Order: sequence, then structure tokens, then C-alpha cells
Amino acid sequence: MSAASPLERSRGRSAWLFLAPMLLVLALVAAWPLGRTIWFSLTNATLVDLSSYDLIGLGNYLAYEDGRWYGIFTDPQWLRALWNTLVFAAVSVSLETVLGVMIALIVNANLPGRGLMRAAMLVPWAIPTVVSAKIWAWMLNDQFGIVNAMLLSAGLVEGPIAWLGGSDLAMASIIAVDVWKTTPFVALLVLAALQTLPREIYEAAKVDGIHPVRVFFQVTLPLIRPALAVAVIFRLLDAMRMFDLVYVMTGSNEETMTLSVFARQALVSFQDVGYGSAASSGLFLIIALITVIYIMALKPLGEGQKA
Amino acid sequence: MFGGWRRLALAIGLPLVLAGSGPAAAQGANISIACGALGVELTLCREAAQRWARQTGNRVSIVNTPNSSSDRFSLYVQLLSSQSADIDVLQIDVVWAGMLASHLADLEEDLGPRVDAMFPALARNNRVKDKLVAVPWYIDAGVLFYRKDLLAKYGFEPPETWDELTGIAAAIQKAEREAGNDRMWGYVFQGKAYEGLTCNVLEWVSSYGGGTFLSSDREITAQNPQARAALSRAASWIGTITPQGVLNYDEEASRGVFQTGNAVFMRNWPYAWALAQGEDSPVKDKVGVIALPHGPEGESAAALGGWQLAVSRYSRHREEAIDLVRYLTSAQVQKERAIRGAYNPTLIALYQDEEVIEANPFFATLYPSFENAVPRPARQAGARYNQVSDAIWRTSYGVLKGDRAPRSALERLTDELDRIAYRARWQ
Repeated sequence: MSAASPLERSRGRSAWLFLAPMLLVLALVAAWPLGRTIWFSLTNATLVDLSSYDLIGLGNYLAYEDGRWYGIFTDPQWLRALWNTLVFAAVSVSLETVLGVMIALIVNANLPGRGLMRAAMLVPWAIPTVVSAKIWAWMLNDQFGIVNAMLLSAGLVEGPIAWLGGSDLAMASIIAVDVWKTTPFVALLVLAALQTLPREIYEAAKVDGIHPVRVFFQVTLPLIRPALAVAVIFRLLDAMRMFDLVYVMTGSNEETMTLSVFARQALVSFQDVGYGSAASSGLFLIIALITVIYIMALKPLGEGQKA
Repeated sequence: MFGGWRRLALAIGLPLVLAGSGPAAAQGANISIACGALGVELTLCREAAQRWARQTGNRVSIVNTPNSSSDRFSLYVQLLSSQSADIDVLQIDVVWAGMLASHLADLEEDLGPRVDAMFPALARNNRVKDKLVAVPWYIDAGVLFYRKDLLAKYGFEPPETWDELTGIAAAIQKAEREAGNDRMWGYVFQGKAYEGLTCNVLEWVSSYGGGTFLSSDREITAQNPQARAALSRAASWIGTITPQGVLNYDEEASRGVFQTGNAVFMRNWPYAWALAQGEDSPVKDKVGVIALPHGPEGESAAALGGWQLAVSRYSRHREEAIDLVRYLTSAQVQKERAIRGAYNPTLIALYQDEEVIEANPFFATLYPSFENAVPRPARQAGARYNQVSDAIWRTSYGVLKGDRAPRSALERLTDELDRIAYRARWQ
């Protein structure tokens, strides 16, 4: 480094100069709110008067007083929200990945009307989430929803089903709507990867008379794995901070409440900035942890492939 | 952002007005008021506010607010915590006084004496830490509606205890169903998981002598035999005299069942009376109103409700805003609202007013309910009331649904109230 020529040093300077605006924007829109949230999570601030609060250390996270534990990590409601979020993320992302790959394979085949199929596939992804959540909430309504009307007239159910009222059904309905909405995203990324695959390999496999299913698992899947890994991490991060769908469809119902809905309730409905910030920071921590684990788990796979 | 632009516009506009001189002072202030928009509410509010504007030479603008009261609360919180001057006068719920107190102007000096002529429970509720934060505009209290014709037909007197209500409801429901009216139910109330359920639960528990979950000195009193008995009684109704669907009923849904003639009893707010007596109502002239029943060893308890007018601390025209509140809560305007919209006045004297009583004969019946209404634990909980209420309705919802026994639900409630108390440093 000490041997850097004047040219290199000046290039380094101009690199920083060009990076500066982006770093500034990043600091403004990401680092500042994040830092402020973490700071508030160490206080007992409320919206009643945001200008005066006390530092209480980690009291919002975990505290032991008078023989019992307090803080979000021991709050049954927060733990329930964590469980709901994990269930939602695991089930919805798995379904979206499997369905997304299947749909991508179908629209990648040489079928008539392929262009139209690809466009139609994107419609659910293109509708704003709040709008599609409201549409589905109406369609699933137990009194006047079209889903119940169809099931009733087909004679499949005896009485209207309260899709969003009961506990297990509500979570299942929300997962179904999320799968409907974001499968196209996975399909699109996988489709892009599929189109870059070399044809020769498939022709060789055909000549050797290998079964298509084996071709998929031994040729196609390893080749699209990097694209799939990107799609899954995007979906996983999105699913972990799920808010809009749940909030519009079932509000602050405990049985479907996710970590983000919990944080909103604490911050806005309960005006408890300290506790809500702790809930948000906890969510941030969990997402960061999951991302690190996921990337570490993927690394050996990628290296193995190169070797 | 928006405020910044407006300030800029003001900065440019101000010199022009000054240069014009004279009319600037005469034009008066522009006061924005956020009032409710349910039914006739908005019309009455706008007309009265505009009359004030004409009389005083000011201007008023009506701010549209969401109909759902929890959405409206969220909006107020966002506006007030950013110290916005966009709303001068706010219509607030009786349980918000403690939660919004720090953002509201003290009205004691200007309107204190008037509030002393109103229902004492309301007056107490709106004085937070010796500061009068809002002036009561109309009062509400939970009451029991019953079908006069059906009770007379089967020879029953209106019930005084919950046990009597259960017996009468079961008997009439059975007889009516045998007579072919198979959609008849005994009792409907508000069982959805929301603020309305907190009111219902408070009425059951309090009328059994089980207290109000949080005593006036913030002691957590949720777990007691009377509260357990009250919740067991309520849980026993679901599926027998009350439809399963009550778990999703708010005020309007329960009124729907009662007003179409499919329920013997209904717990609701007084607004349902005017609608049940409407020209197109199937139960017109068949409805009676009495105080809610009580438990074996308690007294009837009606949850105190109602709306108040408050002035934002961040208002740029505090004097004018207070004057608008003075006008809107005056005997004259309250009387007009009572006659045209059946809004129950907060000024006690108006219950002696012949014109008011003539328009609403049931006001005389309701008066004791208003006078003895039980406030929700909003005063004690202060800024934490929403959390307390959320814990109350969530745990009792589990009991109604049959997921939890009353004892374990009250245990959970005690635990959650403990957590709230810890965070609020109440000890």
C-alpha cells in the first residue's frame, strides 16, 4: 500500500468522491433511522412526550425484577408473533420456490402463446399488496365473500366458512394469498436463469436417453441454483418482515400477528416507542442472523461446484 | 414537507396582506375542527361550526377523519406527536383524555365552570393531573334493550339480574323457535375482539362486584371469584342464547340482529333507540330500554362512553379554538343536537328541558344509567389505556371462544397487566 503511486492514490480519491453521494444517502435513509431505533429501544420513551425519556439499558429486551422476567424476549405475545412469522416465512417461501420453479419450467417450454402466459403470470406481482390484500379479504369474507358463495353453490361446504376468523384457517389463508402474489417473482428469476442454460447439455442428455426428471435434478437444478438462492433470500427477507398483507387482512389479531404488526401496535396504538423500538430491533437482529446463516450454508455448496 | 411549503406561502403572502392592511384583522382566524362523521353527526357539526364562524367573523374548516375510532386515534397520535397545527379542535373519545393529555391545551380557566355543570363522572374523566383537557360533548352508557311485546306475550317482567335474563332469554327463544321463528336468539351483545368487548366485559365483571381490573390506585385486581363468575356466565351464553357469530359482532352487527326482530335482548349504546324506533324498523314500538342487569351480589354497571371536544396545544389560534369549543358545548347547541340527532347532552340541566324530553322520551329512563356509569380504567391507566384495554378484550375473547377457562384467562390478564405496570413504572 505504501508503494501506491500518485496515480493510484488520486484514483482512490476520486473513487471515494464518486461513492460519497451514495454513502451519504445510505447514511441518511438507512443508518440514521436504524441507529435511532436501536437508541430508542434502550429507553422508555413514549409518544406522549418524545422529548423526555430515561435510558433503561436492556430493560425492553430482558430484565429480571421482583422474581420475574420482563421484556420482549419473555413477552408471550412477542414470542407468539415470532412463531407466527417463522411459520409464515417457512411455509410461504417453500411453496413459492417449488411452484415458482414449476411455473418457470412450463413457460420456458416451447408452447404456443408463451409470451401471453409470461405476461399473465406477472399480474399478481404487479398489483400493489394493499390492494390485493383488500380484494382477497373481501373475497374471503364469511358473509358476502365470493369464495364462500362458490363453495356453497358447488355444494362443497354446508355453511359459510369464516376464513379470516378462525386461527389456523386465517394463517393458511394469508399464506395462500402470499403464495398467489409472490410465486411470479420466483418464477421470473428462475425463468431468466433457465434461458441462459446452454442447449448442448440437454441435447447430449437426450442422445444418452436420460430420463427428463433426472435431467432436471442433475443438470437443470445445479445450474440454476445461484439464481434460486438469490430468489429465496429475497423472499425470506420479505417474508420475515411481512406486514401489509397481515395488517390489512386480519389487523392486529394475535393469532396471525407477525413481528412487524407487533412493532406497529406497540409504536402507534400503544404509543410505546421504547418497547416498539426494541421489538423492531429484535426483528432486525433475527433477520440479520437468518441471512448470515443462510449465506454461510450456501457458501460450501458454491465452492463445491467450482472444484 | 407540506407544512414547510405552507409556511413559505405564508411568508410570501403575509407582506401582501399587510400591504393591503385593514381587512387582515377583520378576516379572523381559520379554525380546523375534526368531528365525527357517523350518520347525522357531520351535518350537525358543520352547521353549528359555521354558525359560530358567521357570528364571530372567523372561518372554520371541517377535517375528515376515519370512521373507525382506532384509526382516528392513530391519526391523532401521528398529527399530535409531530406537533402539527393542522387540527385546532379535536373530537376525542372518553378514554383518550389520559392518552392525549400532554398534547391538549388546558381549558380549566375558560370552561372549568361549565364542565362542573355536567355529569361528575365525565368531569372527573377529563381532568388529568388538575388540567382540564377536554369538554364533554355527548354522553353514552351501555343499556339493555328488550322486546316489550315478547316479554308481555310470555308473561315475563324485564330482568334485573343476569341469571333472570338468561332464564327469560332461553324460555322465549325456545318458545319462539317452536312457533316456527327458527332464527330467534335470546341475547346479543358486542363480542368482537375490540374496544366494545372491553365495555361489555367491564359491565359484567363490575356488576358482579368484581371491580374494574385496575383499581383507582393502579392495583391489579383482575383475579377474583366475582370476575371468574361473571366470565363463566358470559361464556355460557355462546351457542345457547347467543349466536356463535357474536364473536364477530360490533354495535351495528348486534343492532342488525335485534332490529330485524331476531333477538329478545340486546346490549348497546343509546343511539340504537332512535334507529329501532325509526319508521322502517320492524320492531318499532316493541322495544323497551332499561339499565343493564347485575350479578347476584353487585349493582348494575353501565360502561361510560361519549365524546369530548379538545383544543390542540399546537394550535396557532388557541383563543378562537377555545371559543369554538365554548359555543359547540353550550346548552343551545347541545339541545339542538339532542332534538335533531338524539345525542345525549352532557349538561345535567338539559334532562329537565321539556323540548328535549318530548323529542326523546327515553332520556328520562336513561338518566340514572348515565349518572351511575362506570368509567373504563382509563384514568388509572393514563397513556397506557390502549394496552390495558387490548389485554382485557384479548383475554376475555379467549373465554367467550371457549379456548380458555376464566381462571387461566384472568391469570394471563394479570400477567399482561403486570408487564404494562412494569414498563410504565407504576409501582
